[in-house]
Amino acid sequence: MSALLELRDVEARYGPVQALRGVSLEVPEGTVVAVLGANGAGKTTTLRAVSGTVRRSGEILLDGKPLRGGPEAVAKAGISHVPEGRGTFTALSVVENLRLGAYTRRDRSVKADIERMADYFPWISDRGAQTAGTLSGGEQQMLALARALMGRPRLLMLDEPSLGLAPLIVREIFRIVRELNEKEGLTVLVVEQDARIALNASATAYVLEVGKVAVSGSSAELRDHEAVRRSYLGY
Amino acid sequence: MAAFFQQVVSGLASGGVYGALALAIVLIHRATGVINFAQGEMATFSTYIAWTLTTNHGFSYWPAFAITLLVSFVGGVGIHQAVIRPVERGPQIRVVIITIGLLLLINGLMTWIWSGEVRSVPSPFPTRTIDVGGVAISVQDIGTIAVCLVSVVVLWAFFQFTKVGLALRAAAVNPAEARLVGVRVPWMLGLGWGLAAVLGAIAGMLTAPSVFLDPNMMQAVLIYAFAAAVLGGIDSPIGAVLGGLMLGVGLNLLGTYIDFVGADLRLPAALLVILVVLLVRPTGLFGTREVRKV
Repeated sequence: MSALLELRDVEARYGPVQALRGVSLEVPEGTVVAVLGANGAGKTTTLRAVSGTVRRSGEILLDGKPLRGGPEAVAKAGISHVPEGRGTFTALSVVENLRLGAYTRRDRSVKADIERMADYFPWISDRGAQTAGTLSGGEQQMLALARALMGRPRLLMLDEPSLGLAPLIVREIFRIVRELNEKEGLTVLVVEQDARIALNASATAYVLEVGKVAVSGSSAELRDHEAVRRSYLGY
Repeated sequence: MAAFFQQVVSGLASGGVYGALALAIVLIHRATGVINFAQGEMATFSTYIAWTLTTNHGFSYWPAFAITLLVSFVGGVGIHQAVIRPVERGPQIRVVIITIGLLLLINGLMTWIWSGEVRSVPSPFPTRTIDVGGVAISVQDIGTIAVCLVSVVVLWAFFQFTKVGLALRAAAVNPAEARLVGVRVPWMLGLGWGLAAVLGAIAGMLTAPSVFLDPNMMQAVLIYAFAAAVLGGIDSPIGAVLGGLMLGVGLNLLGTYIDFVGADLRLPAALLVILVVLLVRPTGLFGTREVRKV
């Protein structure tokens, strides 16, 4: 199985604070991989290291080739990053957000893709002109997801999609992520505090503790893993 | 009544110019978060280029106009790259001080290159008047209004309908997010400076025929443009344009119908507008953000 994305011994720091202390992980093509862990374990930083929004060292390979440059270059390479806290352009309209998602694309099917997004998120079709900032939290998260998909990414990175959302909406978002994976073969790397839902949605998972991978394996195995169950699933 | 309409039309003409320069200020404020104090001098510099092209190099007006816009655009991008970009991430006060430095630098440069002498710049429009329903309206005023209107509409369409225009807006409102979708933010901010320089050039070239060209030509216009931008709301492009028009018409009527105002008190009246808006409604008529203190 070839890995679409591979991290080898990646370190990252914010000033004097070292957030990642040598993280290695693999995201095989066509799978959903989850990264779990407590607050401050380095989950968000792992995604930031990939998208180049934090200074990092170590190797990050996309298709076996080193991934270099800042976030613009990473976006162009086919990685869509939905950052923590939605990450929509709140001052712009829904359709403008979607158009921006397709910014790196040069083809002419952007309009058709906006309609395709409305199939997944039906509310988009009547509310294209609405300012994104006036959407509900769940709608903003869905818009952020739709915008990321507009880039036709090879890899979708989601940072805490459940944050601050009602359980029903969280389930809906993960259902769509799974559907995209199963129907369209989308590769997903998702960071999540809600271990239960993340393990259900993913094939493999990594548990981070203070900037390092503590446990990893198939999501089914991790669900039964004694320590994981006690620390992150709470039973 | 005829005099009233004449004053309104000529107010709209000068208001269009204030609006264009105010729009340039708003563009840069949205992109960089600061007021560009050099906007007026940049516009005057552009006007000198147009003057040189027509007077010394035999260009007719409109080709010179087009070349000036192009040169101004390149100049605006260049200024951003050379002196703004290196300090953009630091405290805003540094950028403000740089723009004040630019004001002095460009002003001195103009005196050095073209001397401080007052030059007369031809108008592209005839000076005659036409009769509209019994009111004699100057063709130059109509031309000025038309040029301002066209520039604003073109700019609006660029921001609304093109991918680059949308990316520029995205870069201005949320640079971190814009980078994540692949927008090269520094280029977009440079583009914003380029467009602002073009608007300034238009304002300068439209101002010159009625006031004569000298290195300080746009300083008063810049104050009116500040007033227009503050009145409309410093983050609102549409507000800047409408603010400019309201100010132009308002000041003209004030000067005509209130005896003691006259021409001398126009500038203080504009400053009064700034003061009152900042005290009563800091977001302006159409803005959402308060003017930041610098």
